[in-house]
Amino acid sequence: MTVDAINVSTPRRGSLKSSLKRNRRWALIASYIFLVLFAIFFLTPPYYMIVTSLKSDAEVARMATNPWIVADGITLDQYKLLLTQTDFLIYFKNTAIVTICVVAITMVVSVLAAFSLGRMKFWGSGILATGIFLTYLVPDTLLFIPLFQIVRGLGLLNSYWSMVLVYPTLTVPFCTWIMIGYFQSIPKELDEAALIDGASHMQMLLKIFIPVALPGIIAATIFAFTVSWAAFVYPMAFLYSSDQLVLTVGTVTSLIRADVYKWGMLMAGALVAAGPPLIIYAFLMDYYIAGLTAGATKG
Amino acid sequence: MADVLLRNVVKRFDEVEAVRSIDLDIRSSELVVLVGPSGCGKSTTLRMIAGLEEVTSGEIFIGGELVNDLPPKDRDIAMVFQNYALYPHMTAFENMAFGLRLRKFPKSEIRERVEDAARILDITDLLLRRPKQLSGGQRQRVAMGRAIVRHPKVFLFDEPLSNLDAKLRVQMRTEIKRVHQKVKTTTVYVTHDQVEAMTLADRVVVMNRGQVEQIGAPQELYHHPRTRFVAGFIGSPAMNFLPCRLEQNGVGMRVRVSDTVVLPVPEASAARYRGAIGRDLLFGLRPEHITEPRRNDGSEARRGREFSATLDVIEPMGMETMVYFSLGGTEVCGRVSPENAGAPGEAMLLNANVDHMHLIDPETDLVL
Repeated sequence: MTVDAINVSTPRRGSLKSSLKRNRRWALIASYIFLVLFAIFFLTPPYYMIVTSLKSDAEVARMATNPWIVADGITLDQYKLLLTQTDFLIYFKNTAIVTICVVAITMVVSVLAAFSLGRMKFWGSGILATGIFLTYLVPDTLLFIPLFQIVRGLGLLNSYWSMVLVYPTLTVPFCTWIMIGYFQSIPKELDEAALIDGASHMQMLLKIFIPVALPGIIAATIFAFTVSWAAFVYPMAFLYSSDQLVLTVGTVTSLIRADVYKWGMLMAGALVAAGPPLIIYAFLMDYYIAGLTAGATKG
Repeated sequence: MADVLLRNVVKRFDEVEAVRSIDLDIRSSELVVLVGPSGCGKSTTLRMIAGLEEVTSGEIFIGGELVNDLPPKDRDIAMVFQNYALYPHMTAFENMAFGLRLRKFPKSEIRERVEDAARILDITDLLLRRPKQLSGGQRQRVAMGRAIVRHPKVFLFDEPLSNLDAKLRVQMRTEIKRVHQKVKTTTVYVTHDQVEAMTLADRVVVMNRGQVEQIGAPQELYHHPRTRFVAGFIGSPAMNFLPCRLEQNGVGMRVRVSDTVVLPVPEASAARYRGAIGRDLLFGLRPEHITEPRRNDGSEARRGREFSATLDVIEPMGMETMVYFSLGGTEVCGRVSPENAGAPGEAMLLNANVDHMHLIDPETDLVL
């Protein structure tokens, strides 16, 4: 009897185990399928850009060949032309200057604003915090008309410094909002402890809040960087001479002449322009994750 | 080291009066515990001493100096919080050194002080770890270290042990007492746990509804509570309260607790109660004073203190057993030896040690 019972129960337990394993395998297979689909969907445009940028103008123009592969041999001519024959490097420099200034201004203003709005209770701080966020909800396609008047009034029309002035209207409210959330998540005993330890509000911000809220600050920095690197409407409206243009508008206006599209150079330009955000993302993401997991394991 | 004086201190949050006129004299090197149920204003009082809350009215003196308008950093106090409030991005060493660095102490002295404190608290090996790499008890020690290194005039503890498990809590309680005996800094300690208050304090301040109910040494509060609240709050399990009537009984007095249970009032306390004869009062007696009769003590004076009750619930605690029974409709708890405890549903003969009885005026809630 006993032997029989064991014989019966063993295969049953085995099958249960293997069905669990099978379930897990199917779950994995399904996730991989969707991940691959997702990756194909999002990597197709960059792939098409890379392929096109490595072709000669003649090949791009020829409709007969397969557009997904480079048929006539890889050439870096498009990149060479872009860097030597166009004002691409000026656009790049302008964009870099604007972005660095905007990120710096945004972070200083929004960290200070978020600290005071989130941590120092004063009359109207709640309403002010909501008000700041509401300004972010006004779309830039609407805002550029009144801002045009302001920028012209300041004599900054057709100067990339006007971008340094107008981009923060987009970045500061949103970054402040993100930072308020981060600062509020820090327990209030921490500032009380700092207060008793003898810290001034500025020391509290610099020595306690900024280090503790670093992940939030990095998220806000990435946001400010992306906004000012990729903005299109404002430079389109405020800048027109090529020594003042930024990448987004500069590439498009100089490489699309009426109905003549320099596809190869456009793709090359877009790829080069996408480089800095990629590098920043990769670098800061590592830092961001490192910050999140520091000390998580017990020593 | 300094004394701390509170004079008519009031704290109002909008409409709510969290602390209503508190007077408190905390002597130099004393360890005073503020205890009370949540919302009684004990933490608010502590935070006012720390300078984290403004005083609505009244005066606070630390070391003879009026500190009402001084910011926390200028009050020369150190505080230990319930959730430790360690800076997560700093090591234990940096956490402890932070206050000294801000005060521009020379590096060598910072190192010396931190290492001294670490030795007292036995955390020398942990100085390079971050808070996340420390256990709850270790974090608590670091938080205490941060307070000790400053050599402040006053230590403030805000429920520092509530986040620890029961065993660690007892351990850290002893630790706090040991540290206090070593550094002898005036300490104000807030807790809702009356056991913690009793074991730690030189003097206990019992607070209720924003007011001080009674101030006294632990034993004094236990034996001579002045109000019904203190009588019920101090001691575990809590004191039994039974409605009763005080009656004249020849030359003596007696309390009628129920139709069948009538207990004599001991002569020693009779004089105190004379004015209340014939009135309905509350009879208070601690569980430890309701025991099995001691057979070898059958003297005349003890007679009449015994009564029989049907046990409802039995709770063996190991060293003793708690018995619960109903008396005149009120649940009563007694404390008997395990070998004498009956079974639920059985009748048991019990002895009320009325030498320790309290009579409370239900109108004023004051102990007579």
